[in-house]
Amino acid sequence: MSSQDIPEENLPAEHSAGHNEHGAVTVADDKNPFADPGLPPHEHRVQDIDERAAKRSERVVAMLFTVSMLATVGFIASYVAIPHDKSIFVFPIGHINALNFALGLTLGLALFAIGAGAVHWARTLMSDEEIADERHPIEAPPEVKAKVMADFKQGAKESALGRRKLIRNTMFGALALFPLSGVMLLRDLGPLPGTKLRHTLWSKGKLLVNVNTNEPLRASDVAVGSLTFAKPEGLEETDENFQTEIAKAALMIVRLQPENIKDKQELDWSYQGIVAYSKICTHVGCPISLYEQQTHHVLCPCHQSTFDLSDGARVIFGPAGHALPQLRIGVNDQGYLEALGDFEEPVGPAFWERG
Amino acid sequence: MAALVVLLLALACTGGLYAVFAPASKAQADETAQSLAIDEGKKLFSVGCASCHGTGGQGTSDGPSLVGVGSAAVDFQVGTGRMPAQQPGAQVPKKKVIYTQAEIDQLAAYVSSLGAGPSVPTKAEYGPDGADIAKGGELFRTNCAQCHNFVGKGGALTHGKFAPDLSGVAPKHIYEAMQTGPQNMPSFPDTTMTQQNKKDIIAYLNAVNGDNTESPGGLELGGLGPVSEGLFAWIFGLGALIAVAVWVAARTAKAKKS
Amino acid sequence: MSNNESTEARRGKAPAGERVADWADGRLGIYGLAKSNMRKIFPDHWSFMLGEVCLYSFIIIILTGVYLTLFFHPSMNEVEYHGSYIPLQGQMMSEAFNSTLHISFDVRGGLLIRQIHHWAALIFLAGMFVHMMRVFFTGAFRKPREVNWLFGFLLLVLGMFTGFTGYSLPDDLLSGTGVRFMEGAILSVPVVGTYLSMFLFGGEFPGGDFVARFYSIHILLLPGIMLGLLVGHLILVFYHKHTQFAGPGKTNNNVVGMPLLPVYMAKAGGFFFLVFGVIAAIAAIASINPIWAMGPYRPDQVSTGAQPDWYMGFSEGLIRTMPGWEINLWGHTLVLGVFIPLVIFPLVLVAIAVYPFVESWVTGDKREHHILDRPRNAPTRTGFGAAWISWYFVLMIGGGNDLWATHFHLSINAITWFVRIGFFVVPVLVFIATKRICLGLQRRDKDKVLHGRESGIIKRLPHGEFIEVHEPLSQDALHTLTAHEQYQPAEIGPTVDENGVERKVKGSERLRAKLSEAYYGEESQIPKPTVEEYREITSGHGHH
Repeated sequence: MSSQDIPEENLPAEHSAGHNEHGAVTVADDKNPFADPGLPPHEHRVQDIDERAAKRSERVVAMLFTVSMLATVGFIASYVAIPHDKSIFVFPIGHINALNFALGLTLGLALFAIGAGAVHWARTLMSDEEIADERHPIEAPPEVKAKVMADFKQGAKESALGRRKLIRNTMFGALALFPLSGVMLLRDLGPLPGTKLRHTLWSKGKLLVNVNTNEPLRASDVAVGSLTFAKPEGLEETDENFQTEIAKAALMIVRLQPENIKDKQELDWSYQGIVAYSKICTHVGCPISLYEQQTHHVLCPCHQSTFDLSDGARVIFGPAGHALPQLRIGVNDQGYLEALGDFEEPVGPAFWERG
Repeated sequence: MAALVVLLLALACTGGLYAVFAPASKAQADETAQSLAIDEGKKLFSVGCASCHGTGGQGTSDGPSLVGVGSAAVDFQVGTGRMPAQQPGAQVPKKKVIYTQAEIDQLAAYVSSLGAGPSVPTKAEYGPDGADIAKGGELFRTNCAQCHNFVGKGGALTHGKFAPDLSGVAPKHIYEAMQTGPQNMPSFPDTTMTQQNKKDIIAYLNAVNGDNTESPGGLELGGLGPVSEGLFAWIFGLGALIAVAVWVAARTAKAKKS
Repeated sequence: MSNNESTEARRGKAPAGERVADWADGRLGIYGLAKSNMRKIFPDHWSFMLGEVCLYSFIIIILTGVYLTLFFHPSMNEVEYHGSYIPLQGQMMSEAFNSTLHISFDVRGGLLIRQIHHWAALIFLAGMFVHMMRVFFTGAFRKPREVNWLFGFLLLVLGMFTGFTGYSLPDDLLSGTGVRFMEGAILSVPVVGTYLSMFLFGGEFPGGDFVARFYSIHILLLPGIMLGLLVGHLILVFYHKHTQFAGPGKTNNNVVGMPLLPVYMAKAGGFFFLVFGVIAAIAAIASINPIWAMGPYRPDQVSTGAQPDWYMGFSEGLIRTMPGWEINLWGHTLVLGVFIPLVIFPLVLVAIAVYPFVESWVTGDKREHHILDRPRNAPTRTGFGAAWISWYFVLMIGGGNDLWATHFHLSINAITWFVRIGFFVVPVLVFIATKRICLGLQRRDKDKVLHGRESGIIKRLPHGEFIEVHEPLSQDALHTLTAHEQYQPAEIGPTVDENGVERKVKGSERLRAKLSEAYYGEESQIPKPTVEEYREITSGHGHH
């Protein structure tokens, strides 16, 4: 990393590296009681000296492999015999799908037994004598490096890249420019933002349709303390652009006692205490709707932004940066709630052009 | 504050004791069963509830007015043990029910006599007959899941309040909660969420969070989503694999030297 | 090695296996490769197998993932559900969600494969995290392994994003909420945010494109890059040979362990089956991501407890606890409340990734290191690592604040404030505490070397004093406990050269000297016992 080297004396001394052969134990000498005594002598396992123990190990390994075979047969049998929708009760898991349980356990056992067999084999029957292998420095020796550098210089010289600047510069230019084609091709990934994020389906005279019943809401339907969700008239779940439109137009409707509304604009834009706010959180767009009817607070379940619906839906806690947009509502001749226009500010998360 | 707690507790206990030892009422010939129930309810009310809600249920600084809350609210609050409340706090939790259903009905009769409100639903209203489970699911995800979680396991609200777990809650009480909006829960009156809607929601909840609900993949892990799954993967998944790795890498026991 | 003898000894043709090998060698030169690798030595330690857990879960993910692609339809066309899960009958949903339900309920074993895939992904990420911490705390990232550290780090980051895109594919209510969050985060980017969002989603959120786009990213682009990095990672592990802990006979110039053929072939090969078996069993007994319960995504619906998978939990904590700062100036909005977390998110990871380079700059050490440090012997590094982990976990707590609130009866607001303060305070406290603990352990090691091991035997001396008998350590233990190196703090050196001309001391040089003092000064390490100290204590009066 660094070009500045630390003086040698600041580095710790290389510790006494004895290339001890395996098993060659050097007794602690008077000079250095901390010296490396070398690899300890190899000790035998029971299996190395007792053929009966080795036989036992062999049988265990073979048994594990056999268990695996049986488990695979069990897997196939379960696949064929158990209906895919059969439910069973397994204590303490509960009611679960029988096929998933049977297939998973037999597959798990078949695999685990193979692994256990192989490891047991390695641990008890294969040699466990530790072997020391020499390491070699990663860095090339100086003569190799010198040869490579010389070769490189030779090649660079033969290419004349340093001398023929025109070739070099135009080549760099060409190489730098051609990826632009690739970038250009990404242009049609999507449309330009334009003012798309500023408009929703709401407009003057659009009725507020209750998403539960798919019927327009009357002012008299909405009780104090209740919570209702609405979508604009004409937007149906089967519409092709339903998801994209509802992502902006979703509405949350509550009714407060008009005297509890602290914000003047909120009161002006409400109808007899009925207020309609965007359901989309101004933080990152979760549908916010954890309405506490006694405190008039609404909480976002994703990141806990909290808004006060009795005070212009201003943010009182959490990461949201601005109040929920309110939709201006009124009633039409038949007593149905209607929008008096679109939202006056963009709904949902803030963005650079929001202003 | 402590004095208030003690008082509330004492009152709640006396109310409970009274309720247990109160002589069973016998209908008088000249009184209708209804007015008798109201009278009995009033007695129960003045002992167990009036200290917070006022002698006429008009409300005090310690408890809201009960005029117009209807019998459904009483049946829910008392029937789930939330009322009488034990202590003030962020939220009054569900507890052991201390009144019998007959007494709850009497209290409900009295409270509904104070002002008209939603009445206790009948079995036909919350029963499973004619319910559309899938529609109920859609309604649940729109109206309920934001607080109660996707299969009704509950969730957090602000400042220590919470939306309770709906597992094992009687269908009647779920219906009443939607109708009346207990505590901080908003209400979902029949005008905006029809009776059929409520029936559908209850049927859906029973299908995904009932006693016999199947969890096809195995352990449900609380039905809480990725947090409990992550904990499980760390503790049991990686934990088991590390245990296996310790076995694989461990040295085999050496033969004893004799 | 015995090739020549055996071929000469046998008359006629060589056995079939050997002939195939000869054929391959004539074209691929496999004998040359096998010569140095067949009996390659691997040291045994359970923590050296964490990387294998990752490798094997990655292979499991690929195998099961390929199976899932046979049935999954990466399309957002809305269809009506008519499969066998009753509570969703007749609901509108995307084909992606529909086909995931089909895999879960109507393909036999489909649910199992889905669950293996997802559990293996969680374990893969958890394994990479723990593996990385093992490498960090033992100093295995030092020269010559810095490049491999970076490869591993990139694998972790790409793994996170592969996981996130996979989590988004079923288009269920939970994952859709996660994608919505991502869109909101992209929108917060100054100047180009709205453009990026429109290009990624093919228009406004959610549009009809993101599942198909995430699909090709999830199954092709990211895993392809990961596969390349993985191969590079493994080649380097082979090339560098494995590190080892200090011990008798283990030096910086050798590697002690068992040969690849046969022991490691059997152990590592067997371990693959063990990992696969454990994950399959977990998938049999524990449900993961039950998308049928969450329902199809609709941008106007949500469930509480909306969290990402665990590896994105720390970013969720960042976003949840950030105050909602927003600046409106000259008709533009700077969404700091979202953009700052978006910037800190990679920085949290980069903080740990660049650490090896910082350390090597401070030490100025240019030698190869193959002997691992015990964490206690590098107190500053260990303290930093522990502080980083605590930082990460504080953020994870923030990411699950709603669940901690309901399960421990706490206020969600209080937890958020705890995380806001803890973000700055907890790592500092953990750093100080960890360093102290390391120094304490170093002192204990020193005592053990000089005074021997406490035997637990109490002896009464003739004059009535009670003492505990200390047993001297074996030379193996003495060597192991004193094998570590200790750096001395770097000094700036003379500021005046031999001709008396004042040399300008660069700021970076001063900084390095300061850091070096902090790393290796008297406060930061206990000098290891010297031979003289040992001899002075052991000669004559033995223990005291």
